Amino acid sequence: MCLGVPGEIREIEGNEAVVDFWGVERRVRLDIVGSAVDEGDYILNHVGYAIRKIPESEVEETMELFETMLDADPADMLTDDVMDELEANAGAPTPATSGGDEQDEEDLLDELGIDV
Amino acid sequence: MSERARDSEDNDERVTLTHGSGGQATRDLVSGTLAAGFEDAPDSLVGLQDWDDGAVLPFGGERLVVTTDTHVIQPPFFPGGDIGRLAVSGTVNDLAVMGATEVRGLTSAVVVEANYPRRNLERIAESMSETCREASAPVVSGDTKVMGNGELDGVTINTTGVGIAEHVTPDSGLSPDDVVLVTGTIGEHGISLLAEREGIDFEAELASDVQPLNGLLGTALAVGGESITAMKDPTRTGLAGALNEMARKSDVGIEISDERVPVTDDVTGAGELLGLDPYQIANEGVAIMGVEPTAAERVLAALRDHPKGENAAAIGKAIGDYRGRVVLDTGIGNRYMREPSKEVVPRIC
Amino acid sequence: MSERNPPIDGPTGSISGSEGDDELRFRDPEKADALADRLAEIGDELDDPPATVMHVCGSHEQSIAKFGLRSLLPDTVNLVMGPGCPVCVTNMPEVDEAVALAEKGVTIATYGDMLKVSGTAKSLDDVRSEGADVRVVYGTQDAVELAEDLDGEVVFFATGFETTAAPTAAVIRDDPPENFSVLSAHKYIPPAMEIVAEMPDTEIDGYLAAGNAAIITGHGIFDGLVDRHGLPVVVGGFEPLDILAGLVKLVEHVRDGDQTVENAYPRCVTRDGNRVAKEQLWDVFEAVGGEWRGIAHIPNANLQLRDEYAEYDASKRFDVDASYLREQSGSRLLHDCICGDIMAGAADPTDCRLFGEACTPADPVGACMVSSEGTCKIWHEYGGRPDL
Repeated sequence: MCLGVPGEIREIEGNEAVVDFWGVERRVRLDIVGSAVDEGDYILNHVGYAIRKIPESEVEETMELFETMLDADPADMLTDDVMDELEANAGAPTPATSGGDEQDEEDLLDELGIDV
Repeated sequence: MSERARDSEDNDERVTLTHGSGGQATRDLVSGTLAAGFEDAPDSLVGLQDWDDGAVLPFGGERLVVTTDTHVIQPPFFPGGDIGRLAVSGTVNDLAVMGATEVRGLTSAVVVEANYPRRNLERIAESMSETCREASAPVVSGDTKVMGNGELDGVTINTTGVGIAEHVTPDSGLSPDDVVLVTGTIGEHGISLLAEREGIDFEAELASDVQPLNGLLGTALAVGGESITAMKDPTRTGLAGALNEMARKSDVGIEISDERVPVTDDVTGAGELLGLDPYQIANEGVAIMGVEPTAAERVLAALRDHPKGENAAAIGKAIGDYRGRVVLDTGIGNRYMREPSKEVVPRIC
Repeated sequence: MSERNPPIDGPTGSISGSEGDDELRFRDPEKADALADRLAEIGDELDDPPATVMHVCGSHEQSIAKFGLRSLLPDTVNLVMGPGCPVCVTNMPEVDEAVALAEKGVTIATYGDMLKVSGTAKSLDDVRSEGADVRVVYGTQDAVELAEDLDGEVVFFATGFETTAAPTAAVIRDDPPENFSVLSAHKYIPPAMEIVAEMPDTEIDGYLAAGNAAIITGHGIFDGLVDRHGLPVVVGGFEPLDILAGLVKLVEHVRDGDQTVENAYPRCVTRDGNRVAKEQLWDVFEAVGGEWRGIAHIPNANLQLRDEYAEYDASKRFDVDASYLREQSGSRLLHDCICGDIMAGAADPTDCRLFGEACTPADPVGACMVSSEGTCKIWHEYGGRPDL
């Protein structure tokens, strides 16, 4: 249950931290995080409280667990760097700004699956 | 008040805030009570029964578009705008999405609470006149009333607008295969207002996108003409509400691709953090349009060449299946994009 | 406005902060497809399909809805919503207490989710429309800050499972202002899972347990459930891949007849959970029996403030009598609600005489109609399961 949002600690002041969530910063209490945290650590926030420190290594561990579930060759899947792909595509969810020629038109309709 | 309570109290129903949310409850209040006794103009091209952004009446061989909007907003001054800019933009945009991108005249009726700071009114008036200049919209008539202290919360502004449409672009104009375009990034107005109102202190730069769009939409119409089949501004009920209305009124399905919808990182982040769906968040500075497929790229390019349309995108298309519904391809699976049924508030679950 | 030129990205675009990037990895469409294919393969190997598995988490539900995960599930896997949304299972009389307090002139602070949930006669949003002071807060600390800013009494109508109750406990232990108190509608999920497993004619073959609740309590808490009911439990996270991977594991265990707890969310959940949060939680709260909306009376599943913290307990500070609200509505509808049977797979929404009549999405009776992904809500909106 309940919205848990991961974020990175930017700054710690006593029992409070400034945490970056997806590029948005917000103050978070550290009373019940349950482990020592530092700037640069990742935490899971719920209703303004950090409820868990997320060690980076365990993100990998989860991914590896998923890979083992798949029939595909785990080695292939692991070398497949998802973020590289995403970054390569970033900024290009929509067609390029320039243009307006026939080629672009066909591309757009093709992408949308419209057959005229 | 609930159905059950109402039954037991001899229909002692009161208006609730949900009635003002712009969704089904608003429609029920208007059709059941407020507009129940009104008769539509017999020759209206788009009238009361169409529930569109404005009415279209025949007028000496031309098509006269009329629309009115009352603006209440808390707080009246917010990042990116204020009630004055909103009051002008809202009505100008309602005219523009009907096809009347040249504003013939606006009226401005202001109701203000006694004891309201005069310098605030000055700021609002200044903002209105500035926005009018931006939209080339002349204010041709006005009205002012003052109510007692405590009888009104600050200030309320009604604006009415008239314009002429060469080509009418109603909500009901979509046909299968029409490309659906959006003129800019979505969700900024609603998220920034919510953050401001609820005192949610983001350290991001969230600001409303409130702006008049008639110049931008005029450019699109100049390029696309009659191949622009429908336009709508996704205000209170967000992109989801506006698309659902268009799908229902046009009797088509609409298929939207999640990854094609332009959303800023700040809105995405704030949405993740607050558990809000950017598709259900109000906008005041973007429009949706349907364009026949052969003109889609041309219109998109024209939008992007305009300073208010540089983030315009083709986000999907009208389809023959799923009539009256909006289907979202999330990249992972498909789901219906639902219209918000109530006021959107942050959630924890 | 034109000087503000935001970088645009679709949801798959770059989001700053490398944890954000990591979370994006858990939204990868290709891997989602691969996991869905794997799920279909395992589904085909079931002796007695479909496998009916229950998720017990509001955030699972939100994520399933947001990413359209149901459209990926094979016919051999029937995923049902359990009593996992703490707001949805808040009983009408609990809402009534908050409504009565608001009508007495007390300021109510609550999470946004709670605003529209109806009591026997009205919701907090209804009384807010009538002029009562009801504020939405995003975080627990915001409620305390509100009390610091106001002179009058502020009651924090607190809802949520153990994950949300732990921050409430932290606030109470942190010496809040005198005008601050808590009306607890906090719930504790493990006993509810037991009750649904015990329901006669239950069809449930396994549980996808809530990752965030298990962050606090640890997944060891489910050992007893597995022993007593012979069902597999898989703890899952909230990103699309987390959920699909959790389902793959769970249906595998159903296929093999395993009676086990598996942790498919190791980046956040451990066997013992968060010790500090647990200590604070149980220092402030104790578990008592109570009615869950339309489901059942569940022993040890409502969290109430211990006597040591009575001064912060709004139900003790104010002599709340909400019975007048029940008289106003003249309704005993909850007795007719069969939400629990619907959740357990033993009945369909159309078997309920309230469905679509006295119980609608705008005015819901049971949790199955309150929740956006509740079985009754979905049937009401789409005449059954949406075909996508």
